[in-house]
Amino acid sequence: MNSSAKDRIQTAERPYFNNLSVSFSPHFRSQVSTERIMWTVVACLMPSLILSMFVFGLQTLIITAVSVISCVMTEAISQKLLNRPIAITDGSAVITGVLLAYVIPPGVPYWMPIPGAIMAIFITKIIMGGLGFNVFNPALMGRALLMASYPVAMTAGWLTPIRDLSLDKYLNAGVDAISTATPLYVLKHYGLNGLIEKFGSLSTLYFDFFFGFSPGCIGETSACVLLVGGIVLLYKRYITWHIPVSVIASTAFFTWIFGGETYFSGNPVLAVLSGGVILGAFFMATDYVTSPNEKRGQMIFGAGIGALTVLIRLKGGYPEGVCYAILLMNPLVPALDQWFRPKRFSEGAS
Amino acid sequence: MLEDKKSYSNIFLNGIFNDNPIFRLALSMCPAVGISTNMMNGLLMGIAVLFVQICSSLTISLMKNFIHPRIRIPTYTLTIATWVTVTDLVLAAFFPVAYKSLGIFVRLIVVFCFITMRLDVFARKNPVFPSLVDAVGMGFGFMFGMIAIGGVRELMGMGTLLGYDILGFRPLLFFVLPASGFFVVGFMMAIFNYTETIYNQRKRARSTAS
Repeated sequence: MNSSAKDRIQTAERPYFNNLSVSFSPHFRSQVSTERIMWTVVACLMPSLILSMFVFGLQTLIITAVSVISCVMTEAISQKLLNRPIAITDGSAVITGVLLAYVIPPGVPYWMPIPGAIMAIFITKIIMGGLGFNVFNPALMGRALLMASYPVAMTAGWLTPIRDLSLDKYLNAGVDAISTATPLYVLKHYGLNGLIEKFGSLSTLYFDFFFGFSPGCIGETSACVLLVGGIVLLYKRYITWHIPVSVIASTAFFTWIFGGETYFSGNPVLAVLSGGVILGAFFMATDYVTSPNEKRGQMIFGAGIGALTVLIRLKGGYPEGVCYAILLMNPLVPALDQWFRPKRFSEGAS
Repeated sequence: MLEDKKSYSNIFLNGIFNDNPIFRLALSMCPAVGISTNMMNGLLMGIAVLFVQICSSLTISLMKNFIHPRIRIPTYTLTIATWVTVTDLVLAAFFPVAYKSLGIFVRLIVVFCFITMRLDVFARKNPVFPSLVDAVGMGFGFMFGMIAIGGVRELMGMGTLLGYDILGFRPLLFFVLPASGFFVVGFMMAIFNYTETIYNQRKRARSTAS
């Protein structure tokens, strides 16, 4: 026992003789708490918002603010109505709000996140029993509701990225925004040649998609910034590498096999960089509540998300499938937890 | 013996509140989720079920002395099927539009559990008139549930009620999609149970006070 730990026990307002009897473990607690993790995740998500403000204009900030405020309000009101302790300071509602705003297009009306927030917080989380008991990812349930309810606004609200830094463009961006098609939509309906025709050559395509100058949802366009946030989370050990790597790897793998004109001719890099794969892999699939606890379970969970994403992208009706892939894998989490239990101490030694 | 304890109004209200087929017994959830996309469908379905329930209850109550207990369930099914066929043909002949919008669900009335349940639990053991009252109560309970669910879904989904424009816009298209049926039924069930809990608490408080 080192000296600082001794000091801590000595100073813990105990009579001297109590030092002789040892209390139950845990004796030491780390500084990591739910609040800390949640607010760190929010901080890791913020760069993406700043970048999208530059790329799509100020309305992304307004949509995110509306989403966060409505999520927090919904949580406070529903917890008040159900006589539960009001826990809006733990940051989970803020994360849900930010993620919900990140997966809707930048050109939607400002009130749009409100029904999504009610669905996400009240129906998906509070009704199920609060934080820790929700089966589905709240933000994605909000998006699914919005997709089902406002299909036109949710699939036509894409904006052309602003490349030159002129001020009047930002101020007018909400008014005369040019709506356009997402890369995945173009890829689905016009093929790779159509994509190159619309967005430039393949190398500029990679560059634009990596740094976020492509039409898409508010927070999902920039792989670079999201990767920085994800790596911070990995470095802090709030998430492990298993889910993100398996999601990205399986998306790339299945796209490589089935994505092209013939087998084994798809473009895996484009598939990973376009759409919400990175955002989903690092920030949505790794949600503690709705992902398996054990490593092998996490790998299978991630691989399933990747496979379903590719299936929906290539064969489904929607151009993007990460949202529904994660939602479809979420109900499997209890089963995966049961199939892959962590090995108990001394198990198998007999 | 039943008439000693309960009056006819109690038997009637039992079907609407205490033993409401949808909200309390959770029977016949299939039409409650599947057909209740608007209020008109709920109303038509309720009327059809009310008719079938009344006729079947009367038939079984009249014939109860001739039915061997061992084959009572097939007998009920046959009775209900007869009356459903009557309903089906009448609807097809006189109300083709309504028949089209209800579709397969009219013929599905044959397997609605709560009709069979009412025949087995009530009509088999009681005289004709109480059976009639019970059938009317259950039918109205079902109709009440269907109209409530259909009304909520139509109002929230299309902004209309019975086809008349109420809100002027479409709030959430989600509510006319099949998935929302489960949400609406669940929430209305919760509200129903909550109201009843509060009512019973007040009643108990009043009885202890007096």
